Amino acid sequence: MIAFLIRRLMQAVVVMFVISLISFSIQDNLGDPLRELVGQSVSEEERQALRDELGLNDPFLVQYVRFAGNALQGDLGTSYFFKEPALDVILKKLPATLELVFGATLIIILLSVPLGVYSAIKPHSWFSKTVMGLSIVGISVPVFLTAIMSIFLFSVELNWLPSYGRGELEPMFWGWESGYLTRDGLLHLVLPCFSLASIMLPLFIRLIRAEMMEVLQSEYVKYAWAKGLSPMRIYFLHALKNTMLPVITVGGVQIGTMVAYTILTETVFQWPGMGFLFLEAVNRVDTPLIVAYLIVVGAIFVVTNTVVDLIYGLVNPTVNLTGKKS
Amino acid sequence: MALLEVKNLEVTFGLRQGAVKALRDVSFSIERGERIGIVGESGAGKSVAAFSILNLISRPGYISGGEVLFEGKDLTKLSPQEMRDIRGNRIAMIFQDPMMTLNPVLTLGQQMVECLKAHRKISTAEAREVALEKLRLVHIPSPETRIDQYPHELSGGMRQRIIIAIALLLDPPLIIADEPTTALDVTIQAEIMELLLELCDSQNVGLILITHDLGVVSQVTQKAVVMYAGRVIEQGPTKEIINDAQHPYTQGLINALPQQTLPGKRLNQIPGSMPSLQKIPTGCAFHPRCEFVIEPCSRELPGFTRSGGCSVACHMVKAMKEKAAAAG
Repeated sequence: MIAFLIRRLMQAVVVMFVISLISFSIQDNLGDPLRELVGQSVSEEERQALRDELGLNDPFLVQYVRFAGNALQGDLGTSYFFKEPALDVILKKLPATLELVFGATLIIILLSVPLGVYSAIKPHSWFSKTVMGLSIVGISVPVFLTAIMSIFLFSVELNWLPSYGRGELEPMFWGWESGYLTRDGLLHLVLPCFSLASIMLPLFIRLIRAEMMEVLQSEYVKYAWAKGLSPMRIYFLHALKNTMLPVITVGGVQIGTMVAYTILTETVFQWPGMGFLFLEAVNRVDTPLIVAYLIVVGAIFVVTNTVVDLIYGLVNPTVNLTGKKS
Repeated sequence: MALLEVKNLEVTFGLRQGAVKALRDVSFSIERGERIGIVGESGAGKSVAAFSILNLISRPGYISGGEVLFEGKDLTKLSPQEMRDIRGNRIAMIFQDPMMTLNPVLTLGQQMVECLKAHRKISTAEAREVALEKLRLVHIPSPETRIDQYPHELSGGMRQRIIIAIALLLDPPLIIADEPTTALDVTIQAEIMELLLELCDSQNVGLILITHDLGVVSQVTQKAVVMYAGRVIEQGPTKEIINDAQHPYTQGLINALPQQTLPGKRLNQIPGSMPSLQKIPTGCAFHPRCEFVIEPCSRELPGFTRSGGCSVACHMVKAMKEKAAAAG
């Protein structure tokens, strides 16, 4: 277990190095930060002086080494717009995004498992066919459209749910203000979470269904029937546990992807999270903030994948995390 | 009364191309403590016959006729709940490939205890004791450690021992073993078969042995049922069938045994192959491969003729018997 974590940590260092290199190298291609940073009235000489001061005229490698050195000390640069450390700006917005991703993940787990399992057990029922049909629609419709349509339906027409913002928040811990603790906050979470979930949910329903159908054909499930076990035990223990093995792996990658997808959802719902911040940063050519965002998202990917691999090791006894021979 | 009596069993698969009968008019019976072998090439319907006894044929297959009388009850008429009470409890099954049979993500103990708990009011601790006792019965070394291990930590032979132990958990009067040694190493095949037979004898369990290996059947069973294309074509005491097979197909199977060939010679084989169930020849299904075809073979389904202790479904045998009777 410890050996596994150490090995993972070493891999993470390499991954983070590559991510930082790539994200840092795109900053030259985003436009001139000076144009946003200073007004029209500033002369070309002053601009050059400022560029020198910011180190923007140095060769790429020099800039990168300076950046990497600072990054190792937890300094990912200073946002041009906020005039604050970029990491602080992002971490302030992180709770909002994580709450969104958490809600969407919850929806995906609670819906995809029963729907996927049911449509695998009864593939010919009209309900399964409806679920399969809808999931095709769900995969095909972009999240932008889902979000706008749901605002139109549930906020504008029916007036049931709020259409933007996080609503009333309640402090939880470490200065984390949560929308899960108030009724208003929960209502504000509904539409964004469902919109975010709408991309992944159909994928997971179909994945679970396909895996489950395969597992139900296996010899060990036939054997479980021959032992006279109850259908519940066969479906939800013998079959589901095996079904979930590949699903967990895919899930780990998809949670990371979902963090990235929040850019779209947060923009539509004016959700004050990291994704919304990132889009604003792109508009303002706030390169330190953009680079910091990419690195934070990269780190989230690395962490979720490690956690998922740990869970996988716990569920699947044939996986030996330490690589030791038993 | 026989322990199990299968009467005119018929199994149909409702395929898109139309209904296909995988089993037709299959009848045989077994007494408590008796051992019978069901023999035939791949596709003869041996496994379908075995699974249909427990009503375990997967869709689109279903039992479309006949009876399976077990301890006086017709299993084909039971409710799903009543059928579940029989499975694993009164009739246990041993599957072909021990590498695939045990669930890879559950410990052996879990897979044994759940079986006991499904059929008996018993605490987990008690069930574990019963499981350990059965593991000792099948000579698993240090069962206390083994019981908490996962299937992948055991060899194929060990796993088949575990499966035999699970079959014996609830002391069933009947065990159906579907090619129990085919997937094992040749070196342990005999060992596992011996263990199975020894336990069936000591516990007075009836054994239905499904196999394509006539050699095994001749050594271990009292009765043999030979199947071809979903039908029984010859059945009777194993000794008679091996020493004096009547049906040309059974003769072909016996001649195909490697022991029947001189060293250095090509092995004997039956020409052609088993017909697909969708295209079963008219009359006797074996007639296109048979070297003794006579006039009615391609036209008329042969009925059973008694010959010694056996019954044989063959026009040629019937004709010869009639000739002999007329002459004598």
